[in-house]
Amino acid sequence: MSDVTAAERELLRAHARAERGRRRNAFLLVAPLFVFLIFTFLVPIGDMLRRSFIDSDVASVWPNVVKVNRAWSGEGEAPAALWPALAADIRASAAADNVAVAARRLNYAVDGGRTLVMKTARRLARTESAPNDDWRAVFLDADEAWGRPATLEALRRASGPVTDFFLLAALDLRKDEHGSVIAVPERDAIYRTVLWRTFSVAGMVTLFTLLLGYPYAYLMTRASKPVEAAMTIFVLLPFWTSLLVRTAAWIVLLQENGVVNSMLVWLGVLDTPMRLIFNRVGVVVAMTHVLLPFMVLPLAAVMKGIRPETVRAARSLGATPFTAFRRIYFPQSLPGVAGGALLVFISAIGYYITPALVGGADDQMLSWFIAFFVNDTINWGLAAALGVVLLVCTTVLSIVYAKIVAGRQAG
Amino acid sequence: MKAPKNLPTRQSDFATAPTLVTFEKISKTYDGHTHVVKNLDLEIRRGEFLTLLGPSGSGKTTCLMMLAGFEVPTSGEIWHGEVPLSRKPPHERGIGMVFQNYALFPHMSIAENIAFPLEVRGLGRAAIAEKVKRALDMVRLPQIADRRPNQLSGGQQQRVALARALVFEPELVLMDEPLGALDKQLREHMQYEIRSLHMSLGLTVVYVTHDQTEALTMSDRIAVFAGGRIRQLADPRALYEEPADGLVATFVGESNRFDGTIVSRDGDTAVIATRGGTRLEAFAVDIGATGPAAVIVRPENVRIGAAVDGLRDVITGRVVDVVYHGDHLQVHIAAEGLDVVAKQPTRDAEAPTVGSEIRFGFLSRHARAYDPARTDH
Ligand SMILES: Nc1ncnc2c1ncn2[C@@H]1O[C@H](COP(=O)(O)OP(=O)(O)OP(=O)(O)O)[C@@H](O)[C@H]1O
Ligand SMILES: [Mg+2]
Repeated sequence: MSDVTAAERELLRAHARAERGRRRNAFLLVAPLFVFLIFTFLVPIGDMLRRSFIDSDVASVWPNVVKVNRAWSGEGEAPAALWPALAADIRASAAADNVAVAARRLNYAVDGGRTLVMKTARRLARTESAPNDDWRAVFLDADEAWGRPATLEALRRASGPVTDFFLLAALDLRKDEHGSVIAVPERDAIYRTVLWRTFSVAGMVTLFTLLLGYPYAYLMTRASKPVEAAMTIFVLLPFWTSLLVRTAAWIVLLQENGVVNSMLVWLGVLDTPMRLIFNRVGVVVAMTHVLLPFMVLPLAAVMKGIRPETVRAARSLGATPFTAFRRIYFPQSLPGVAGGALLVFISAIGYYITPALVGGADDQMLSWFIAFFVNDTINWGLAAALGVVLLVCTTVLSIVYAKIVAGRQAG
Repeated sequence: MKAPKNLPTRQSDFATAPTLVTFEKISKTYDGHTHVVKNLDLEIRRGEFLTLLGPSGSGKTTCLMMLAGFEVPTSGEIWHGEVPLSRKPPHERGIGMVFQNYALFPHMSIAENIAFPLEVRGLGRAAIAEKVKRALDMVRLPQIADRRPNQLSGGQQQRVALARALVFEPELVLMDEPLGALDKQLREHMQYEIRSLHMSLGLTVVYVTHDQTEALTMSDRIAVFAGGRIRQLADPRALYEEPADGLVATFVGESNRFDGTIVSRDGDTAVIATRGGTRLEAFAVDIGATGPAAVIVRPENVRIGAAVDGLRDVITGRVVDVVYHGDHLQVHIAAEGLDVVAKQPTRDAEAPTVGSEIRFGFLSRHARAYDPARTDH
């Protein structure tokens, strides 16, 4: 580089300046979107992740208890300092009218935890001081549950700052007194069932969109331009229809004396009308309808790239129409099948409103429970943990999808 | 695989060969009113290399597709020996086919591509491996069996397509512009390879092209298509030297065309008064005794300079350009309001000066008079 002349150096500098300018302009162009995404996407997701393992309910109202508990390893007897701290905190929080926050949190981990705390708070309001400063006796007198190790262990675990309680709960797991992970009792287990239900509904919807979408996409790629345009619009229609209109239409069609039932009875397929809505059938039908474009469009994109001569070549080489399809056409369309199926599946596992409107109580999917915990019981921790489960599933599937797409572009 | 030594000499030895396939009054329309192929009769002889040559849209591919079974004739019948083909689906016809863009299966390796016709015929594993290897050797690509089609060059893909179409030993092979996508050098090389495969394997080949040089160099017989009809079916030499109508004359090979009217007609000889005011004696091909005529002369038959001495008709023009082509010179002459091209072998011509006056002419048997109504399609 030593023999680079001054003129060449000047030229290189000018190029570098121009390059910097271009990069700055490019950055400025994407900056608004970037900022928008940070605030609407990354921040909420980050917050949700945080809430799934941060445990601050008890810490926010009972600071003294938390201080004692964080110093205690959980081995042996609870420290004596716990009881006066608990008494002071309950009293203070009752006065500040937020004892319910801690009560609710304790209730997640201990049966009857809320009642226990509220009852004790009322009792303490009448008790000015403890004889011999033995607050433990006062508590035990208020409710013998305070004497159980499980209660104190739960309180200690709820003292934060972090907890695996919500994430375990989202998978129907908990820790016993010894800190080993065990399944929750049968009657309390619910989320694994819900998760399985979510996956099976999503799986069924994926299967049906594929069965309906594959021939549709095939015809679309074979049709003339205007027909193809019409078919595209047709498949996109559910996107452009309001959710409520769409749902209302399905209710009209599928209700007991609706069009579909009347038709089936008239055709003699059914003797009496069948229940088709506000159950699993309705959920799958409505979701298949609205998710069909996610299947058809990737399929059609891939099928457009399949050269029809390859099928003709197979036929001329001696393959029957079925063999030519099975060995030549279908394998070439597989990237579209995989892409469409993943897209539909990923979208379907997050579905909330459609199942809520056309499903029954047993058809609600994971998202419904997230909404329930956010809106009704204000259990942010569990809502966030369920969100994390959903996020993990989606992320894994998205990575698979990206791999398939990348593989297709490389291949 | 080398071609055997004592081959029949090309062109005309197949004139007496038995017929393999017969097109009988074949018509085809896609939309119900325009006929893409009109009332076509054609015999394909066993062992011949038959080329369908013609302008774009003349129905060549359609004929091939009907033969392969991908299109159904609107009327008429195609016979394979005594068997009518119209109800036989493509996979039962046993015809090898090579497509213009190769149509290799992109999701299979080269070996799997070539094995495909054998697998669907239910051959055993060992027999398939053996035949695939031989087919790859035949097209001189023994080392690429495990690659994918998109890892091959155009020429290699073409050879694989050829191997795949030949591996199940069909007696008839159809090729639709198989070399259209290749560059000139590769094309000429592949022309040679296809020809030697044709000869060494004793195949019957029906070959579609709109490259007339390719047609002339490769074929035993050429069918010139225009507007869904065969305008002439002949061996290359007859086609080039004695075109049956004006279209064939102008489509195959280069030509000079002088338009005019018939002055007199005497047997095979006619006198034509050109628009430029010259009287030319010409060989009458498909003209009557009166009316318009187009006189067509090949550039290599146009004589210039001293060589015109003794010719009956001599025209005077001006040299516009002289183009050097290595083996020959192309002299462009402005005469009669036309651009007349004369081809002169480089070795015995001294280049005329551009801008000078020049006399040119041709033997009357080299001037062929055609009906101008039949020079277009
Ligand atoms: N599937 C089809 N549907 C409708 N018209 C068609 C179809 N295939 C071909 N044609 C029409 O038939 C005519 C002949 O087509 P064909 O492909 O046989 O011509 P070609 O001689 O092979 O031409 P090229 O040299 O351009 O390949 C054309 O006018 C074409 O537009
Ligand atoms: Mg064609």
